[in-house]
Amino acid sequence: MSGWLVVVISGCYLGVLFAVAYWGDRRKDAGRSVISNGTIYALSLAVYATSWTFYGSVGRAADTGAGFLPIYLGPTIMAAFWWFLLRSMIRSSKRHRITSLADLVAHRYGNSAVLGGLVTVIAVIGIVPYIALQLKAVSDTFALLRSGAVTVSHESATTPVLQDTALYVALSLAAFTILFGTRHLDASERHEGMVAAIALESCVKLVAFLAGGLYVTFGIFDGVGDLVNRAASNAETAALFTLQPHTSYQSWFWLIVLSMFAILFLPRQFQVAVVENVDERHLNTAIWLFPLYLLAINLFVLPIAIGGLLVFGRGDVNPDTFVLALPIATDQPLIALTVFVGGLSAATGMVIVETIALATMVSNSLVLPSLLWFERRLSRTPVTSGPAAAGAGLPLASFGYGGDLGRLTLRIRRTTIVGVLLLGYAYFRLAGEGPALVAIGLVSFAAVAQFAPAIIGGLLWRGGTRNGALVGLLAGFAVWTYTLLLPTFARSGWLPESFLVEGPWGVGLLRPEQLFGLHGMDDISHGMFWSMLLNAGCYVVVSMIGRDREPRHFATLRVGTELTGLDGEPAGLSRVSVDELQILLQRFLGTEAAKNVLEDYLRARENPNSPLATSRVADGELVRQVEVLLSGAVGTTSARVMVASVVNENEPLYVDEVMDILDEASQVLAYSRELERKSRELERATAELREANERLQDLDRLKDEFVSSVSHELRTPLTSIRAFSEILRDNLDLPGAEREKFLRIVVDETERLTRLINQVLDMSKLASGTVQWNITDVDLGGVIQDSATACEQLFEQRGAQLTVSVPPCVPAIRADRDRLVQVMLNLLSNAAKFCAPVDGQVSVTLCTEHDDLRVDVTDNGDGIPPTDQERIFERFQQGPRAGNGGDHGTGLGLPISHEIIRHFGGRFWVQSTPRHGATFSFTVPMQPIRAGRKADV
Amino acid sequence: MRHRLISSRLAAVGVLGFLLLNYPLLSLVDLPLMVLGIPLLWIYLYLVWGALIAVLALILRKAE
Repeated sequence: MSGWLVVVISGCYLGVLFAVAYWGDRRKDAGRSVISNGTIYALSLAVYATSWTFYGSVGRAADTGAGFLPIYLGPTIMAAFWWFLLRSMIRSSKRHRITSLADLVAHRYGNSAVLGGLVTVIAVIGIVPYIALQLKAVSDTFALLRSGAVTVSHESATTPVLQDTALYVALSLAAFTILFGTRHLDASERHEGMVAAIALESCVKLVAFLAGGLYVTFGIFDGVGDLVNRAASNAETAALFTLQPHTSYQSWFWLIVLSMFAILFLPRQFQVAVVENVDERHLNTAIWLFPLYLLAINLFVLPIAIGGLLVFGRGDVNPDTFVLALPIATDQPLIALTVFVGGLSAATGMVIVETIALATMVSNSLVLPSLLWFERRLSRTPVTSGPAAAGAGLPLASFGYGGDLGRLTLRIRRTTIVGVLLLGYAYFRLAGEGPALVAIGLVSFAAVAQFAPAIIGGLLWRGGTRNGALVGLLAGFAVWTYTLLLPTFARSGWLPESFLVEGPWGVGLLRPEQLFGLHGMDDISHGMFWSMLLNAGCYVVVSMIGRDREPRHFATLRVGTELTGLDGEPAGLSRVSVDELQILLQRFLGTEAAKNVLEDYLRARENPNSPLATSRVADGELVRQVEVLLSGAVGTTSARVMVASVVNENEPLYVDEVMDILDEASQVLAYSRELERKSRELERATAELREANERLQDLDRLKDEFVSSVSHELRTPLTSIRAFSEILRDNLDLPGAEREKFLRIVVDETERLTRLINQVLDMSKLASGTVQWNITDVDLGGVIQDSATACEQLFEQRGAQLTVSVPPCVPAIRADRDRLVQVMLNLLSNAAKFCAPVDGQVSVTLCTEHDDLRVDVTDNGDGIPPTDQERIFERFQQGPRAGNGGDHGTGLGLPISHEIIRHFGGRFWVQSTPRHGATFSFTVPMQPIRAGRKADV
Repeated sequence: MRHRLISSRLAAVGVLGFLLLNYPLLSLVDLPLMVLGIPLLWIYLYLVWGALIAVLALILRKAE
C-alpha cells in the first residue's frame, strides 16, 4: 500500500478528530455540552486502552495466554470502588479547583510545593517511555502497512533522524495536542472538545479491533472452537490454555493491584476521570460501562494471538503486530487499514490526553512555582500576603496578574508538550529494539502506582502528614528506579550487564531484580513489592513520628469523603496583620463588633514593648482568638479554612470556595434548627393532646355522674308514683280525702318528672346549638315583674319576702323573652329554696352598667362555699345545697341559665360569703352582638 | 443512608471480584480442561468478568 495513501488517510482521520473537537468546544461555549452524559464519560475513560492494549495485548497473550488479562481485570475491580474513591477525588478537585494529580497530592498535604514538584517529576519520568511506546507502535505499523510485508527490519536506530517516521509522528502529535489542549487557558482546565474527540477515538479503536478480531476468528479460521482445536494439537500453543507455567499467581496478583492503581493514578486517567468530569452522576454509568468496554475490546485478543501463532509460528513476525500482520498476510488491505486506523486512534488518544495532563502538571506544579520562587529571591521584596500574591500552584490565581501570566502559562505548556514528545522520541531512538520498550508499559504503571499510598492514605487516614507523603514517595520512587527502571536500561545496554547479574560493585545482595536476595518473583512483582513496602511503610511511620510536631491549630480540615489540606505552618510564624484579621471578622460579625473585639483584645494585652502594639502584626494567640470567634459564627471547619486562608499566604481565599463552605455549614445548621423546631412542636402537640385527653376523661366522668344522678332523680318520683298508685289500686275503699291527696302526689311527681326530662332535653339542645331562638324586643323590667308575680306563691309557701326594685325606664334589649323568663324563674326559685328558713329575704334589682343591663338576685341563706362557686355553673353539677330541704333540683337549672345568658352575650356569676347569703348576677348587653356569640353556643 | 448502602454493595462486589480472580480460587480452574470446546480458564475469566459487570450495572440501575 502506498505510504502516501496511509499518510493521507491518517491525516484525514486526525482532521475529523479535530473537527469533532472544534464542534465540541463550540457547543460548550454555546452552553450545550456534548459530553455531558455518562456514555461519553465512560468512552473517554477508555483512553486507558492505548496501542499497548491494541497491539501489546496480543503480544502478551501469545506469550502467556490469559496472562494479559489482569491489566483489564484490575480496572474492573477498581470500578467497584469508584463510587467512593473517584467520587471523593472529583468532589475534592471541583471544590478546590484541582487540575492535576500533582495539585491533588500537594493540596492534601498543605499545598506543599515540594510534593507537587516531586509528583510531577515522577509522572514525567514514568510516562515518557510509555509515550515512546506509542510512537513506536505507530511508526512500526505504518512501516508494515507501507511495505505490505509482515516483517519489517527495524532500521530506526540507523535511519537518519530526519527520515524517521517516528519523529514526524511525534511532531505532528505535538502540533495536534497543542491545537487540542492549549488553544486557550481555561479556568477549570477542561477541554470538552478534546473529550468528545477521545470518545470518538474510543469507538474507532473498539470497532477496528473487533473488525480485526472477527476477521481472524471467522474469516481466516472457523470460529473460536476451530482455533482452540488446532491450538490443542500443538504443545506450545496448548500451553496457553492455562496460566501455569508462564504466569505465576503472584505476578497475576501484582498485575491486578498495579492496574487497579493505574486506572486511578495515570495522569491521563486523572485528566479524563476527574478534571474533565462534567457531573459526578456520570459515574453511575461509567462504573459498569467502562469495564464492559474493556471486556469487549479484549474479547478477540486470545483468538488473534493463537491465530497468529498458528499462521506465522514463533518466528520472524512480532506477536505484537499479529492483529495487523494477519490481514496483510491474507491480502485484506481494507481490514489492515481499518486496524491501522484503530491503532492510530489508540496511540493518539493516549498521547494527546497524557501530554495535556503532564503539561498542566509541569507548568502549574513545577515551572511556575520555580519562576515565582526565583523572582522572590531575586527581587527580595517582602511579599504581601493574601490571594493576589499567592497560589503559584493554582492557575486561577494567575489571573490576578492580568493576561500576562496566562500567556506565559500557555507558552510553558506548549513547550512542555513538544518537550515531552521529543523526550519520548529520544527514548524510542535510544532504546531502539531493546526489551526496554516492550516491558515499559508495566514499568510506567508501577511508577504511577507510587502515588497510591499518599493519595488513598490521605483520603482514608487523617494522620497522614506532608513529610510522610514526601518520604514515602521518595522512597517508593527510588526503589522503582532501582528495581524496575535501571534493569531496563541495563538490558538496553546503557548499563553493564553485570549490574543485573552480579549486582552493583559485585554486591550480590543489591542485585536490582533480587534485592536483598529476594528471588522467585518476576521483575514487576519484585519491584512492586519492595517499592510499595517502602513507600507505604515510610508514609505511615514518618507520619506517625511527625504527628505531634504538626501544629495543633491546623488540624486536618475535613476527613472522610474528601481530600483535605493540612497547613504546615504554625500560626505563630505567620505574618498576618491585625487589620487583615479585622477585615475577615467584619465579613461575618459586622464592622462594629469586629472592631470592638479586636480593640478589647489589644487593650488587654497592652504593653508598649509588644510587637502587637508597634507593628500590628498578629501573634498566634490572636489568630486563635479570631478562629474561635469565627467558629461561633460559621462553625469550626469553615472558620479554620478562612483563618488559614488569611494566615497562610499559600492558600488564597476564593470567594466562592468560602461560599460553598458557608452554604454547606448553613444548610447543616438550618437542618438542625428545623429538627429542633420540629421536636419542640411535637412536644407541644403531645402536651396539648395529653391535656385534651384529661379534659375528655373529666367530661366523661361528669357525664357518668350526671347520668347516675339523673337516673336517681328519675327513680325517686317514679318510686313514689308507683307506691301511691299501688295503694290506690289495692285499697279501692280509701276515704275520698286521702284518695285525693294520693292522686295529687302522683300528679305532682309526674309533673316533676316531665320538668326534669324537659330540662335534660333543653340542656342537650343548648349544648348542641340546635335551640330555636325567638328573638324580639324585650323589656327586661317586665320580665322581672312577671317572674316575680309567678313566684309569689312559692315565696308565700316559704314564708319569705321578695323585694323587686326595677327603675322606671329601662331600654329594651333584643332577646328571647321566654328564655329570659326561664332564667329569672330559675334564679327566683333557687333563691326561694335557699333563703333563710326563718325570715327569708330575697331581693331582685335591675340597673344599667356601662352598656349592659344588670340583674342581681340576692338571698340571705347559707351562701355557697368558694370552692363550689365556679362549679355550680358547669353542666351536670349540682351545688351542695341541691337536694337539701326536700325540694329536688336537677342540677341543670344554673347551667341552662348560664348558657342562655352566654348566648345573649352577657355574663353570669355568683358572689357569696358563707352564712351571709348569695347574690346571683347576670348582664345582658343593650346592643347584643348576635353574630359573634352564636358560634360559641 | 442510601448512598452508603450502594457504596458498600459496590465495594462488596469489588472484594468478591478480587477474590474470584486471584489465587487460590483461580487455581481451581487453571486446569487443562475444555468446556464447550474452549479452555476452562478462559471461559471462567470472561464469565466472572461479565458477571461482575452485570452485577455492578444492576446495583446502579436499582439505585436510580
